Amino acid sequence: MQIGHQKCVACSNCVPVCPMGAIYVDTSINRATIDYDECVECGTCFRGMSQEHLNPTMVRAIRGLAKMFRFRFEPEPDVCPTGAFVMEELEWPRIARRVFSDPLVEHKSTGITGRGTEEVKTNDVAHRVGIGEVGYVIEFGRPGTGVRFHQIQAMTMALAEIEVTFEPKNPITHLMTDNSTGTLKEDLLNEKIMSAIVEIKTTLSEVKNVLDTIRDVSKRIDTVIAIGVSTRCDEAGEDPLLASLLHELGYTFERSKTNMGLGRVTNVTGEGAVDEHFASVR
Amino acid sequence: MTNTLHRYGKAETFRDDYIIFALPSKGKNDHGALEKLKTFLGICVRHRPANIGASGKSSFRPSASLNPSVHWKRDLEPDFGVVIDGVKRAGTVGAVFDSREKAEACLREVVDADLGLSINISTSVEGAKNVGNACGVPRHSVEYSLGFQDPHDHLPRGQILELATMCGHGMVSFHLVQKMVDLVREGRRTPAQAVATLTRFCPCGVYNPSRALRLLQESHTQH
Repeated sequence: MQIGHQKCVACSNCVPVCPMGAIYVDTSINRATIDYDECVECGTCFRGMSQEHLNPTMVRAIRGLAKMFRFRFEPEPDVCPTGAFVMEELEWPRIARRVFSDPLVEHKSTGITGRGTEEVKTNDVAHRVGIGEVGYVIEFGRPGTGVRFHQIQAMTMALAEIEVTFEPKNPITHLMTDNSTGTLKEDLLNEKIMSAIVEIKTTLSEVKNVLDTIRDVSKRIDTVIAIGVSTRCDEAGEDPLLASLLHELGYTFERSKTNMGLGRVTNVTGEGAVDEHFASVR
Repeated sequence: MTNTLHRYGKAETFRDDYIIFALPSKGKNDHGALEKLKTFLGICVRHRPANIGASGKSSFRPSASLNPSVHWKRDLEPDFGVVIDGVKRAGTVGAVFDSREKAEACLREVVDADLGLSINISTSVEGAKNVGNACGVPRHSVEYSLGFQDPHDHLPRGQILELATMCGHGMVSFHLVQKMVDLVREGRRTPAQAVATLTRFCPCGVYNPSRALRLLQESHTQH
């Protein structure tokens, strides 16, 4: 991302808009400036702010006059008055920042936008997580913190050591050079992104070991981690196993994402079978 | 829509936050999904959602060509039609409801429509279960949010987190939320104006303006 200094009027509206805090007004040139190493190319400034396309010289003159008389003008807080942001073409490895930060960019590895994961959202047709199995969605950098790939690698390597199964249809798994060790592509390691999700699956008996490992690694990597844990419900829609196990381990949960089991395979040439067990429930 | 799973708050605070979303799975039920997704959104709109989103378009959007009068007069109403017309690819589409009654009525109609798409509800654990049971659909799978692990103290106070995490992709920054909270407390913006500003930054249309309005109004009395 770049800010056109010919257009910028240093109104500073964009400063609080940046989720990474990477924009500041450089007082030596009186222009908003982006800390290029901290910018994750999420596009929030470029796309999230409305634009007016006013004449920069006129705006600077009015702002200068108001400043002289200590007048306070309260513009709309989400407007760039001159449309100064420019989204530039990116090359590898920096383009990984945009792919993992801008929710409108599709992950080519999975064909999904956002964070590029299906998880149990399509479990009624994809059957990723079965009864007695546990799916984990480990997200790094959210909310509002960001993460570098070497921090994610610290976790994937620790998880590989306890022999979890990495979900193959996942953008981070796609970037691994060796799934058995959890190592990621080396030229990516210092790139900073908004967030990324590692998806794994184990049996119920491994839940404590996995969650302990995540907690231990989170102390070593300077970011935030959000954890989602999923399972398949029984015919009555109950979860008799995972919820009670999590409570036993001292975890509480307020919110969930719930698949209502209304999906079915409809593609004529689609792979996979209709879930007969739940077809009757529907 | 992993981005709706980790909203910050106690279960009770999700009483006005029910997100119903539909998505196809590649290779399973994505053929002909575009029309079904539009049908789904059409059903949702009939039940008066607080926000909807699809294909990177939200019913609250920024504009690339404003004129200066916007600083005195700005449209704060959602535009659902543009979102439905803008569904161009078979991905996730969703609607946010601010009451259990609306969510139940919507899900009931979605069940009757039998679209064959995966339908998910994101809200409190019991909230989703209750809505499903009321419509005669038991849960197929459930994903619990275990919340955030933040041993290095990156996260701000709870009220800021509640407002910011309603865009789980992180497009609503902590700093912007703090600025809007301050503007409301100083009487320089109404809560409705502040909510519209925050909502416009979430391109997926899952930010809940009704819950945000309640939280901002409560902020008048919180410190």
